[in-house]
Amino acid sequence: MIDVIIIGGGIAGLETACTLHTQGIESLILEKEKEIGGKLTQWDSLFPSNRNAKELVETYKDEIQKHTITVYVNTKVIAIKKQNDGTFEIFTSREIVFKAKTIVIASGYSIFNAERKEEYGYAIYPNVITSADLEHMFATKKELKAPSGRTLERVAFIHCVGSRDEKVGNHYCSRLCCVTGVKQAIKIRQMLPETHVFNFYMDLRMYGLGFEEMYREAQEKHGVQFIRGRVSEIAQTNEGRLQLKAEDTLAARPVRMQVDMVVLLVGMEAPECNSILGKSCNIQYNAAQFIVPQDIHYSSGITSAEGVFVSGTSIAPLSVFDTINHARSTALAVSNFLMPIQNE
Amino acid sequence: MYILIIAIHILMILIMKTITKKQSWNSYQKEIANDNLYYARSCIRQNFFPASEHMFLHILQKELGKNVFDDPNHTTCTGIGYHADVVLFDTIQTVIARHFALMTEAGLEHMAISCVTSFGLYTEVLHTWEHYPEQLEKIRDFLYKATKKEFNLPKSIAHTSDVIYSLRDEIAQKAQHTLINKHTGKPLRAVEHIGCHYAKMFPSKGVGGAEFPQVLAGMIESWGGEVVDYPERRHCCGFGFRNYLVQANRGYSMSNSKKKFESMEVYKPDFILTNCPGCSMFMDKWQYTIAEIDGKTYDSYGKGIPVLTYEELTGLVLGYNPWDLGLQMHQVQSESLLDKMGISYDPHLKYTDKHGNQLPKPVSPLHLTQT
Amino acid sequence: MNKFGFSTHASRVIDYETIDTKLISYIVENEPSFASCISCGSCTATCSAANLTYFNIRRLNVQIRLGEFEEIQQEIDKCMLCGKCMLVCPRGINTRNVIMLIKRGLTTLEIKK
Repeated sequence: MIDVIIIGGGIAGLETACTLHTQGIESLILEKEKEIGGKLTQWDSLFPSNRNAKELVETYKDEIQKHTITVYVNTKVIAIKKQNDGTFEIFTSREIVFKAKTIVIASGYSIFNAERKEEYGYAIYPNVITSADLEHMFATKKELKAPSGRTLERVAFIHCVGSRDEKVGNHYCSRLCCVTGVKQAIKIRQMLPETHVFNFYMDLRMYGLGFEEMYREAQEKHGVQFIRGRVSEIAQTNEGRLQLKAEDTLAARPVRMQVDMVVLLVGMEAPECNSILGKSCNIQYNAAQFIVPQDIHYSSGITSAEGVFVSGTSIAPLSVFDTINHARSTALAVSNFLMPIQNE
Repeated sequence: MYILIIAIHILMILIMKTITKKQSWNSYQKEIANDNLYYARSCIRQNFFPASEHMFLHILQKELGKNVFDDPNHTTCTGIGYHADVVLFDTIQTVIARHFALMTEAGLEHMAISCVTSFGLYTEVLHTWEHYPEQLEKIRDFLYKATKKEFNLPKSIAHTSDVIYSLRDEIAQKAQHTLINKHTGKPLRAVEHIGCHYAKMFPSKGVGGAEFPQVLAGMIESWGGEVVDYPERRHCCGFGFRNYLVQANRGYSMSNSKKKFESMEVYKPDFILTNCPGCSMFMDKWQYTIAEIDGKTYDSYGKGIPVLTYEELTGLVLGYNPWDLGLQMHQVQSESLLDKMGISYDPHLKYTDKHGNQLPKPVSPLHLTQT
Repeated sequence: MNKFGFSTHASRVIDYETIDTKLISYIVENEPSFASCISCGSCTATCSAANLTYFNIRRLNVQIRLGEFEEIQQEIDKCMLCGKCMLVCPRGINTRNVIMLIKRGLTTLEIKK
């Protein structure tokens, strides 16, 4: 019987484990992929400081090793059963049955599948990519070129793909995509000074520290052009370029533009396992399948099921800054639950 | 020897099919009945494309041995009136209910509808009745009071282009000509244009959905041709009754077609294929009008891009005489396409009646070359 | 010749391939802060001329970026150079200089209207 089992080995799960360790609490991580680090292993740089994403993952890997926290990779959780004494049994793709006093769900998020927006031509036209694809191209130092081999004259970013959209059923804002769009637009301008970059947005959500400044820098220093208007459709031209249609709403005129590459800023969705885990141990989740915490301000790491906690983007789209803070607060909540006398 | 060539072409088509770009439209499929059909004709198609509906019946009944009931008792669905704010929604529901009654009385359960506006309306009405059952009851009552008729809902409705799409492989096997350019050996390049009411209102009711409809593309590819993807492919041709019927708005209506022509021009398509009566009329007729107003044609020879209905294309592929298919009634003449396909035709018989008597020839336009 | 009673209409869609960027480039080169305009509209809200005429400095800026020059010559002369726009601009753009650059650009650059 272990004190805490953490489902998910992304940064939320890793940070929760490390903070629990400082509280003298032993935990065990179950990760379904073949390595820990979650989505961050695919990322290039983190806003607002442009800090290297892989370095952060390595920092966590070192901490995990240093504190000898047990990690099971290639282990997918299938069901959770609450016992009469309030502890939990966890059934996974492995044959062992894990037993724990508490569970932390740190299942992360799924990236919106851009194929669902058929009008944008993702997976149909080769020069339509997502922000996740682009981030991976930055991280692997891939050369950016049009499929025809030409250099990129124009690149367009489309904000709010898969978010704030009735048609795909995601009403919420995914929080990070706007700042990601600005960050990636700046990077392209830095890498390819001859390329013109256009960002098509509905609203620009530059809510965090350094974000608005980054937006201003993109405009003034890097010449990124922002057009307020949502792209309605993308089609291929005779020369293999992409034609997009949008309205410049501030001018009240429809516009048409030919570009060499389109980057779709895809949103975050709850991972499929959330609803399975939710039903399995009776925790509440909302219509978008994100887990609903007990109180969004005061106890955002505690779920409606006693002994089950939640850490990171399982509750909503969050940035790395938000996730790490949330993970630490959840670890504290777990600690208070397990050792109430000590904290009085 | 000829059979061998066709076999090789069919093999090439199968190979080409496997390497076409990702098909996200596979998720939009629907059941299409192609036998024991009640045929609901269009009001205006026979004026502009006189042989099309006749060919549909001929191909299904005589060539493929299907049972299709051509009922002289059905009327217009009144779609034009409804879309022009002249006919009320209750009226059109009752008219459509009467057609369902006729279908029920003929012992049939599946409808094949010739016009895309009509198809859109049948879909809209069935959808309304599904979500508002009290409306269905009301219409049953109206129809009984007006005609003493009762009706069952059809098991399925399909547009006649869906029916041809579902039979495209059978037609390919009987093909006398394929959509290959005889001079270059390459597939003919076709622009396909789908009527807006086919899939834009209810994407799940159209094969392939609204973004990448497959119904005409499937036919073209089965018969050896290549579909041209041009930027304004999804754009409406402009045949919105409310605008087209009023002369003051007709220029706006026509300019939508012009936008499409300007976009497809660089791809040098060999022909345009449409599945909607209004769209065929627009794509054909406006090439004449624009040539007269602006002096501009959209092919390299001043002749225009031939526009065909899918029944006419099916007829050509199956080896029917082009003049029996009514191609001489189009504004843009189709001889350039016939030459490319290697179809032989007698120019002297173009404007003759079925006994071979010469009919008056149409006056030639100033700009759109007829021969 | 118009024997039909109707004619073809020109497209209202602005094609980015054909935009004349001379004027906007000239303005941004000489007043770099202009690149940070977010079209918030505070300038027009406080503008003396906008109170009483069709003049709209926010809209003119957007139109210049899209290469739409039809009304600019006539409109720009309505500005009184009072400077109220500069007082309120949250991006700190020197809007009076932008007005002067528009005027100068219209006379010195060859702009097709």
